[in-house]
Amino acid sequence: MMISGAKIVVETLIEQGCDTVFGYPGGQVINLFDELYLASDRVKHILTAHEQGAAHAADGYARATGKVGVVIATSGPGATNLVTGIATAFLDSVPLVAITGNVPCSLIGRDSFQEVDIVGVTMPITKHNFIVKDIEELADTLRMAFKIAKSGRPGPVLVDIPKDIQIAKCEYEPKTQPVIPAPIVYAPENKLRQAAQMIDASERPYIYFGGGVIAGKASEALIALADRIDAPMGCSLMGLSAVPSDHPRFLGMQGMHGHYASSMAEDEADLVIALGARFSDRATGNKKRFAQNFKIIHIDIDGAELSKNIPAELAVQGDIRDAIERLCAMVSERKLPEWEARVDGLRLEEMERTKNALQHSYEKNCESCSAPCDKSDIPASDRLDPYGVIDAVSEHAPEDAIIVTDVGQHQMWAAQRYPFRKPRTFLTSGGLGTMGFGMGAAIGASAATGKRTVLFTGDGSFGMNLTELATAVTQGTPLVIVILNNGVLGMVRQWQTLFFNKHYSNTTLHRKTDFVKVAEAFGAKGLRCSDMKELETALTAAFADSGTTVIDCIIDCDEFVLPMLPPGGSIDNIITEIK
Amino acid sequence: MDNKFVIAVLVSNISGVLSRVSGMFTRRGFNIDSLTVGETESSGFSRITISFHGDEDIKERILQQLKKLHDVKEVEVLNTNETVIRELLLIKVRNKSESRQDIMTAVEIFRSKIVDYSPTALICELTGETSKIDAFIELLKPCGIMEMCRTGIVAVERGENCLKTVK
Repeated sequence: MMISGAKIVVETLIEQGCDTVFGYPGGQVINLFDELYLASDRVKHILTAHEQGAAHAADGYARATGKVGVVIATSGPGATNLVTGIATAFLDSVPLVAITGNVPCSLIGRDSFQEVDIVGVTMPITKHNFIVKDIEELADTLRMAFKIAKSGRPGPVLVDIPKDIQIAKCEYEPKTQPVIPAPIVYAPENKLRQAAQMIDASERPYIYFGGGVIAGKASEALIALADRIDAPMGCSLMGLSAVPSDHPRFLGMQGMHGHYASSMAEDEADLVIALGARFSDRATGNKKRFAQNFKIIHIDIDGAELSKNIPAELAVQGDIRDAIERLCAMVSERKLPEWEARVDGLRLEEMERTKNALQHSYEKNCESCSAPCDKSDIPASDRLDPYGVIDAVSEHAPEDAIIVTDVGQHQMWAAQRYPFRKPRTFLTSGGLGTMGFGMGAAIGASAATGKRTVLFTGDGSFGMNLTELATAVTQGTPLVIVILNNGVLGMVRQWQTLFFNKHYSNTTLHRKTDFVKVAEAFGAKGLRCSDMKELETALTAAFADSGTTVIDCIIDCDEFVLPMLPPGGSIDNIITEIK
Repeated sequence: MDNKFVIAVLVSNISGVLSRVSGMFTRRGFNIDSLTVGETESSGFSRITISFHGDEDIKERILQQLKKLHDVKEVEVLNTNETVIRELLLIKVRNKSESRQDIMTAVEIFRSKIVDYSPTALICELTGETSKIDAFIELLKPCGIMEMCRTGIVAVERGENCLKTVK
């Protein structure tokens, strides 16, 4: 049948299994939105307040489900507003298809109104991108975009469609099935045998896993391997939720703000088995010091990650689940009681060394900030502290709730503390560290799953994209937003305290923003808590409500995220307490 | 240890592919010594020849990153001992009576060709490996180089070895 390019886009999206798209209309996508209007019973479009929010929402949709997220924006500013969202997805390997309109082909290159070379702009932050200048190629280009986004290591793909291509008509043949991803890469047998030998020969193996385990659906295989070789596990930020937080072998996130026990166990290991992880500088600290004591087996789907940051003794490219399962069948079943005892010892050390991590700040006067954090009249046991807030939320939230964060101290506290139970229940911007990620991602995750969603955010991050409250309210998103409000940009402030002589340059917010009123103005519920009792009441009300609630939790401005490996530092310089 | 590498990259012959390849080098901080691109025997593909220097680790990272680009179909490091490597130079020098004989001698010894001759300037054409081109330029410097242009290298392995062509 002869149909317009705009209709081909919508039909192809539906054909590819897309049920929800996020976006924002504009001059060069009016035709596309007209077709979305006509197809609204087959594909739902969620209008956000800003294109960045739409990109993060599509990202959240993809992270929560593993499906490809789709975002649509107009040319020029619409397209550039997607950039942060696309880069966020790229750094965290999230499958995304971004569709942008552009000026008609005849106007391209003339600096026309709202024209931008978005293919040029997004080249370094996409797996691949396309501009479609021939209507005949439109459907197959979109199919290829989906294929690239979900093949191998997932990632974002952008398709730029000039307006005249949306208007032009051509023959369209629907496909009965979504495109199949490229065939998986199987790890070479001899390399896995070598890996098995190294594991069998090791006395203190440690498993370091990353987001690849979630993307590759390898959680069960991972746990089976750890059990078989009797190894403790730690992970990168992106690996969180791949195994239950309370799993007896799991020591928590490692690295800059990771758990003491996982970072230490890794350092004392004689063999590190890195699975679906990329040795980010945040996970390793100082690279020269990092791998002094152990050998590395590195298995990843992306050959370019192998030995990119840290050289590995054995680098294996392959599908992570397949590789782990086959490896598991090759290794000997072992018990390593001495190593296990040492790891248990590290857990005890961790408890001892970090028990004061969050208590120091109440002891002194806060001189330098405007935050309403004077808690002298609140009994110590009732005061809000970050872990206390997170614990309380985890007790109220349903087991399958999706936990989303923004970026900063609250993100690290949530990563360290929240008891994750199932893969894809922790959505956070790891690689790019995008403040403002959370609102969009939470809306997208909830739209995709229908599940209760919790956003941990800070007053800084929330301020970046809080206009998406409008979207959440319109969509009736079952969302509890917990602001850990300390009146400062806490993560930077922490660095200023430790490394910049307490020069609190531009991190004290001095804002008069009333987040409760903000919430109410957007049509959400708003509640403020200054102590644990108020928090309990607020959480009960928020989780009983089916819509969006903002809970503004007032915390101290000098809470620190600990432990901390100082920038450029290593496990030798780990800070577990601020004196 | 720093080595010189020559790699051949087969890419889809479509717009933007050169940006993708060169952009990858720029943003990952890899240096390019020379890059040439041209059509191949099959119209759907272009062949890019890139020379760069670096250690084994850099080489591996470049290969892996190139392979990740969607438009890159084949990447191969050429064994420089078993490869014919050529570069083309066009160089314009002053045509003066006192240096003309030196130029002619150089042209003859290097098997260069004079492809343009005017009363005040002449253009020499030379093909060869990079070191030969460099030596020729050195020789002509005293004669007064007005302008020059070199293509960067193209390279093909000897014998049966071929870069696989994706059909």
